[in-house]
Amino acid sequence: MNKRAMAAWVFVGPAVAVIGLFFVLPVLAGLALSLTDFDLYALADLRNLRFVGLDNYGRVLALPLFWKALGNTLYFVVVGVPLSIVLSLATAVLLQSPLARFKPFFRTALFAPVVTTLVAVAVIWRYLLHVRYGLVNEGLGALGLGPFDWLGDPAWSMPSIILFAVWKGFGANMIIFVAALQAVPDDLYEAARLDGATRWQQFAFVTLPMLKPTLLLVSVLTMAGYFQLFVEPYVMTQGGPLQSTVSVLYLMYEEGFRWWNLGTASAVAFLLFVLMITVTQALMRLGRRGEEVAAG
Amino acid sequence: MSRSGAVAALPMRDGSRRQLMRGVACACTLALAGCTRSDTRTLRFWAMGREGEVVGELLADFARERPGFDVRVEQLPWSAAHEKLLTAFAGDATPDMAQLGNTWIAEFAALNALQPLQRALETDRSIDAADYFEGIWRTNEIDGTLVGLPWYVDTRLLFYRRDLFTRAGVDAMPDTWAGFTRALDALQRAGTPHPLLLPVAEYEPLLALALQQDEPLLREGGRFGNFRGAGFRRALGFYMDRFARGHAPSTTGGDIANLWQEFGRGTFAAFISGPWNIGELDRRLPPSLRNSWSTATLPGPEGPGASTAGGSSLVVFRRSPRQAEAMRLLSFLSRPEVQLRFYALTGDMPPRRSTWHAAALANDTRARAFAAQLERAKASPAVPEWERIAQEMQLVATRAVAERWSIEQATTAIDARVDGFLAKRRWMLARATRSGGA
Repeated sequence: MNKRAMAAWVFVGPAVAVIGLFFVLPVLAGLALSLTDFDLYALADLRNLRFVGLDNYGRVLALPLFWKALGNTLYFVVVGVPLSIVLSLATAVLLQSPLARFKPFFRTALFAPVVTTLVAVAVIWRYLLHVRYGLVNEGLGALGLGPFDWLGDPAWSMPSIILFAVWKGFGANMIIFVAALQAVPDDLYEAARLDGATRWQQFAFVTLPMLKPTLLLVSVLTMAGYFQLFVEPYVMTQGGPLQSTVSVLYLMYEEGFRWWNLGTASAVAFLLFVLMITVTQALMRLGRRGEEVAAG
Repeated sequence: MSRSGAVAALPMRDGSRRQLMRGVACACTLALAGCTRSDTRTLRFWAMGREGEVVGELLADFARERPGFDVRVEQLPWSAAHEKLLTAFAGDATPDMAQLGNTWIAEFAALNALQPLQRALETDRSIDAADYFEGIWRTNEIDGTLVGLPWYVDTRLLFYRRDLFTRAGVDAMPDTWAGFTRALDALQRAGTPHPLLLPVAEYEPLLALALQQDEPLLREGGRFGNFRGAGFRRALGFYMDRFARGHAPSTTGGDIANLWQEFGRGTFAAFISGPWNIGELDRRLPPSLRNSWSTATLPGPEGPGASTAGGSSLVVFRRSPRQAEAMRLLSFLSRPEVQLRFYALTGDMPPRRSTWHAAALANDTRARAFAAQLERAKASPAVPEWERIAQEMQLVATRAVAERWSIEQATTAIDARVDGFLAKRRWMLARATRSGGA
């Protein structure tokens, strides 16, 4: 037994060492940093560094912009994640339908946004969404709507960012769903059809339950990704207008790399970390409970 | 101009390849003998954006003057320059010399990264402080120590459509706020609903108005914000009033798609901007409009007003082992004839009056307004936190315009934030006096 335990440690040793060196250590260093007021002055001379305990956390939590950023991020997550999942699931089901033609073409076309360079397509979207010369407003104008100042109006900036992010990312989830759908045995559908189930009933009582583990996985991954909203506002709006697209991570970037307040930035990062862990755990628990109910 | 830029970029590309090779060579010898930090006859010079592209052309002359001496220009994009410079400092990898935006000077001086230049300049007869525009020179003096030499200057003034102003019955640009307000009223009556463009994403226009006041923007040696002071309240009042009365369109950050096109169409008749727009307007406006626009100095509360003192300086890093050579290059780039060539290549305004006396500049009517404005350019407070303070000022002002705050509410909000930014500075200053007293 002892020998086996030794062998086990030898085998996991390298992995543990790598995780320790590249994950645990930086996280601990970040935690330590968040308890200090590391800034430009401390960079000049370490004697200017003060241990401030939980002051950074207190200050961040008292900062109106932090709550605004948190609100923006939650808005993005709460609207964006379900939208992305529904869209990717719908396209996956359509692609798997026996009626679909040109499947490889559509699969590639729908997946294409995922592999394009975000910054390059962001530029194109900026043109599309332009208030006066954009194609989107032109189209809406033909219907007698608008014009909307998509990226310039605080009410529309976040919906525009969500639309862009969902378009950019749903293809990846779609591919996962396509794979999962292919794994659903055909005899289940056959049995359902023999029982007289409609198409909709087949989807609700065969497809969805079979996709449950995949749905959980995709939700967790998408949520974790969406909480870390940064590049989209960075390239599209620079956090504006009126800070309506400042996300938590954007706030952290500004604090840390623009103003060089690494202490405050680390505190923001930790708060986001805690929030994400909590939400993910809750989601996992919800998924497990659902399984138990289904089993019982 | 674009062709010359491309030619200038060529030796650069060579340079970076050479640098790569040298890096590889270093990496190879590192294990055996340790790596010497590049040879002593190469001067590393970091320059940004357009300046970085063309400075190579000026350096050809320098190479003829100082044969066997190699200057390697390394280009940084403006958007990443600040980060890279700070990272270089943290990683002990600063170059010998760099172009530094003059709002960053206080920051790098606080890091003690910059070499004081006073001593070296005393021996160099060619550089005369009195020849430089005073406001610009001031931005390079931190606590009385000169740490940078102005390379080119940037200030903000009015670009305006002379034809539209004339049509509204305004023949000469007024130089007081009251006169300017009347002119905007007249333009509104003459069919330009929002005659003045004040982009809310930039802090310079409001800062210029604030610098026109006698009161400083920070008080007690940069320990606290002074935005509640009467001076700034007046500036903010004038600024917000332009939006309230419709003189400026209050689009919430919705950027004008094409500034030059809209200016050409007469969507607005005036905007506040910097020297680069002389070239842009020349290039982009249709020939029929070539003579219908001009530049004018900013109106002030009671007479010709001050404006911002921006631009870039040349600095030498304290850690550079090649101080003397860096100083020589600094001195070369500051010569009036070299600066005139630099102006021709980039359109960047020279900081020395003697350069302005040269024919090319003296006869350019549009540039002349800049010369007049530069005489009244005023430095912002020299504290490392300034950039952030200015951003915050603009953010609050934008919100105040959009949500119709009172002046009181806005200035109180700015001061509260600014005092927070300056907390560490207050602690540092208090500690310095304590240890100095003991």
